Formats: sequence, structure tokens, C-alpha cells
Amino acid sequence: MSSAQAAAPPIIRVRGLQKIYRLGDVDVPALRGVDLDVPRGEFLAVIGPSGSGKSTLFHILGGLAPPTSGEISIDGADLRRMSENERTAMRQKKIGFVFQKYNLLPTLTARDNIALAQSLAGVTAPPPGFEQILELLGIRQRLDHRPRALSGGEQQRVAIARALVNQPAILLADEPTGNLDTANSNAVLEILRDLNNRTGQTILMITHNPEAAAFADRTVAMRDGRMAAL
Amino acid sequence: MINKLVIENLRHRWVRTLLCALVVGVQVMSILTLIGLSRGMLQDSANRAKGTGADIFLKPDTQGTFSFSSGQIDEKFEPFVAKQPHVAQALGVLITPVELITTISGVNVAPFEKMSGGFHFFAGGAPSAPDDIVVDNYYAQQHKLRVGSTVKLLNHAWRVSGIMRSGILGHLIVQLSSLQRLTGNATPPRVSEILVKLDDPARTTQTVDQLNALLKGNLRAISMTDLQSQFSVSNIPELRAFIGVITTLAVVVGFLVVFLSMYTAVIERTREIGILKALGAKPLTILDILVREAIVLAIAGCVIGILLSFASKALITGLMPSSLRVIDVPDWWPYAAAIALGGALLGAIYPGFKAARQDAIEALAYE
Ligand SMILES: Nc1ncnc2c1ncn2[C@@H]1O[C@H](COP(=O)(O)OP(=O)(O)OP(=O)(O)O)[C@@H](O)[C@H]1O
Ligand SMILES: [Mg+2]
Repeated sequence: MSSAQAAAPPIIRVRGLQKIYRLGDVDVPALRGVDLDVPRGEFLAVIGPSGSGKSTLFHILGGLAPPTSGEISIDGADLRRMSENERTAMRQKKIGFVFQKYNLLPTLTARDNIALAQSLAGVTAPPPGFEQILELLGIRQRLDHRPRALSGGEQQRVAIARALVNQPAILLADEPTGNLDTANSNAVLEILRDLNNRTGQTILMITHNPEAAAFADRTVAMRDGRMAAL
Repeated sequence: MINKLVIENLRHRWVRTLLCALVVGVQVMSILTLIGLSRGMLQDSANRAKGTGADIFLKPDTQGTFSFSSGQIDEKFEPFVAKQPHVAQALGVLITPVELITTISGVNVAPFEKMSGGFHFFAGGAPSAPDDIVVDNYYAQQHKLRVGSTVKLLNHAWRVSGIMRSGILGHLIVQLSSLQRLTGNATPPRVSEILVKLDDPARTTQTVDQLNALLKGNLRAISMTDLQSQFSVSNIPELRAFIGVITTLAVVVGFLVVFLSMYTAVIERTREIGILKALGAKPLTILDILVREAIVLAIAGCVIGILLSFASKALITGLMPSSLRVIDVPDWWPYAAAIALGGALLGAIYPGFKAARQDAIEALAYE
């Protein structure tokens, strides 16, 4: 990390984040005070056992679920002060999500899946340089197929393209290779690595696999709803 | 793009889409056929009443004190009415139901031909013997009758003496005396209504008032114009109520079908709804998508329904030309469309809100 990056304010800053799910009368604490700083342009891997709160953290960072308490700032904006509408707008413009599976809408072609994300954000034309991203992802020839006709790896690469089409500040990938074989998995990870190198895209990736985490700049671990030592 | 998603979603589950549109279509068809049938039958009756050439009809005064149990009129009123000022011709006719909705009419042939301007025969001629019967072309077609054929009606074998063009009085015409004998209306001779032709049709209103004053309690006069206006759906409360019931049923069935279809679609697409939300779709956008799907279903159902209504008309007219008459009712298409649309929108509301309110995270966890 260069000293200039270190001096700039982090794109994600989390302090004392708690999330408690209420299931009937029972409180389920999913996050018990998470602190995290992510500098702009970092490729961060998040590892941790099942149930440690990784997905919950991502959902809150992405504005899909409200936190119970704590401070979160995303790209300079205080997430706790945001209204529902502002969080929706943040999902449209600032965040790109990639999930483990069933990521694409099955009835639309790859191209239309990407176009839908744009249209939801109120954008009509793909951003400049998006052709290169498609090239990088190796899906330019596959855009007119529906998800069913694509391999798992191809689907995941289309999902990455869709997540990037609105030029988000942050790409949140929740186990993006969890459903892929080694070859496809490596291809996707190479792409994320390459994307981060070339465009400085900030990427947060959840994984169970240490080999996958090795593609990232840095790895953090979670345990029982907190950050833990590796 | 939203529209594309809507169309692709409908195409993806095309069997469900088709079935749903078909059910809505059948509802639209039943409304259109019912209205077309009601109007067609009434218009046909109105035309046949007009075809008699009468200016005024006299019917039993059912509000009067001396209403006859049989609902018939003593034939002696006929000469009495004929003597009244400006009455050119008065003619008693007896009308009896024979089949479900077909009637047979007994007339004195020569004076009736004079009043109506005469039958138009495709074959044969007027009844000249007591057993003779004239049938119109529709009845002949439906029952495959020719001149000389025998028809059994009222437990009596009639010989077809002529086939006339439809449009005068009824589908079946026989001599008055024969029909009176067969229906127990011979002693004293009775008729069901008296047709009155005036020397000057411009005097109709006055003469109606005059006759009503004169015959109060026995007969009631009604002008051809008023009678014609009675042959409309809006003037028949029972028919209006029936149409109301069928329309309500159509809305309810449309609602249920679209509801079920949308409800299963929402459950089936739980995860997709989560993805849409993660992409930044607002709850209203999700509702919008489902409402648009319902609208497409309703419109498709309408088009199918209108096409089916032509088919049902062809079927009914082909099978029962003499008893049932259906006409096209394009003025009702917008109402039928509104009914289908109303049902569909009602059906989309609950599933739509369910989807819009769905928690994004839970939806994404759904498999
Ligand atoms: N919607 C919810 N309602 C109630 N409890 C939940 C909900 N989502 C998650 N939890 C609970 O919160 C805790 C953290 O879950 P989370 O999904 O964040 O873990 P994770 O680290 O992503 O696990 P995995 O590696 O299995 O994906 C778990 O105990 C889980 O049961
Ligand atoms: Mg998880």
C-alpha cells in the first residue's frame, strides 16, 4: 500500500457494528461489534467459519439490511443517517453485489441482465471502457444466451459484469467461487485480481477457501460476529 | 427494460400465461355472448313485432280488476276495437309457447296479410287448411323442413304449407281457429293480443290514450314505438340483474385466476426478487412489474375473449338459428376489457405487495 492511499480516508469505515436479528422472542446476535477499515482500491478477502456473520456484514455494507448499532461510512456517506430511498440509490450506484449462486434472472439474456441493472439505476448506455471489462471477463461472445445456456463460471462472470456496469465504488462478492470447480474458480479469481490491478476497483470478497483468499491484497477473519486474528 | 422482463417472465411460463389468459378470455366471451344474445333476441322480437305492420298493441291489462287468469283476451273485443275512430284494422292473434323459447302464432290469414303487407315466401304459400303451418327460413333450416314436411307441435301433426322470410310476428304461423282449438281457447274464442292499424299513424299517441281510457281494466294499449323500447336490456330488470351476476362472476373468476397465477409467480421468483432488490429495485418497482404482468394477462384475455365471442356466435347461430339470435356488441368490448382488467388488477394487488414487502435478505437466502 502506498503512503498516499494510507493517508486518504478509507472507502469503508466500520466501528462497533452490531446486528441483532429478532426471531420471535429470541435475539440472535449476528454481529457483535465489528471494526473495519478498507482503503480505496483494496482487494480484501474475508474468511471465517459458517455463521460468523460474514454475509450479514456484507448485507449491511450494501444497504440491504439496517444495522442495529454502530458507525458505518461508505464512500464518505454515513449509512446510519440514510433513508430507505437513499439506501436504494446507494445499491443502484455505489454497490455491486455478486452472490454465490442463482445470481442472474433466468428469463433474461446475459446482455439484458446487465441492461436491467443499468435501467434500474436510470442509466441507458454502458460506461466507457465497459467493452474492455467484458473482454476481460471473456463473455462478449456469450451475451445473447440465457443463464441456463451458460456454464457456472460464465454465469458468475456475467454477474460480475452486471455488478460493475454502474461503476460502483465497491464490489461485494459473497462466496463468488463457492459453486465453481477449480478451473472456473481460478478464472473468476484471476479476473477479480486483474480488475483490481487495472482499474483500482475496491473489492470485498467472502470466501471459505484460503487459496482463494490468497488472490486478495489482504485477508481479514471473522469469528462469532467479530473480527478475529487470522 | 422492465417491460422486457415482464414479457420474458410471461414467456418463460407460457403454459401458465396461456391458461390464465384463456380463463380470462372465457369470462370475457361469456359476457359478450350473453349481451349479444340478449340484444339479438330482443332485437329479433322487436323486428318481428314491427313486421306485423301494427301501430298499437292491445294486451290484457294485468293491473286491472278483471284480469283473466289465462292472460288471454276475449275475441269479441276485436270488432269493438275495430269500430273505434281512426282504427283501420284490428286483429286478434293467439301466441302460445311451443318449445323452450319458440312460440306459435295463430292469425286470421287474409286480414293479417293485409295488415302486414303479406308474407314473403321462399317456397309454398299461406296456410289454407286447418293443419297447415308456415315456418320461417331459420326454423326450416334448423329443423330441416321443406314444403310438405310434417312437424309435430302441441301434440298435433302440422303440414308445412310455406317457408317465409323471417321477420313477421313469429317463427311459426298457423290459422287462428286451429290454434284456439288445440290450446283450449275456442269457447269462447280467445286471443292473446290485438294488433291495431290506424288510418293515420301520426295519431298513435292520441289513440293509445283513447283506447286506454275506454278499455281500462280489460286491455292496455301500447304503441309500437313504446313496445320497441321495451325490447332493450335496460328495460328488463331481470335480464339486467342476470347480466350483473354474470359480470360479477367474471370479475371474481378473473381475480382468482390472476391472483393464483401471480401468487405462485411471486413464490417461484422469491430469489429473483431478492436479486432485483440487491440491484437497487424499489418496492414500487417490484409491484410495478407484477401489475404490468397482470395487465398483459388481462389484455391477452380480452383479445382471446373477443375472438372466442365470434366463435361462440357462429356456433350458436349455426346450431339454433331459429331460437337463438346473437349479434356482435363492439360497444361492450371496452366494458368487457375493463371487467377483465379490474379482475386482473385486483388479483395482482396482494401478490404484488407481498413481493414488494419481501425482505431482500430472506429472499436471497431462499432456494
Ligand atoms: N435473516 C436472518 N434472521 C435471523 N438470523 C439470521 C438471519 N441471517 C443470518 N442470521 C444469523 O446470523 C448469523 C450470521 O449469519 P451469516 O449468514 O452472516 O453467516 P456467514 O458467516 O455468512 O455464514 P456462511 O459462511 O454459512 O455463509 C447466523 O447465526 C445466522 O443464523
Ligand atoms: Mg454467508
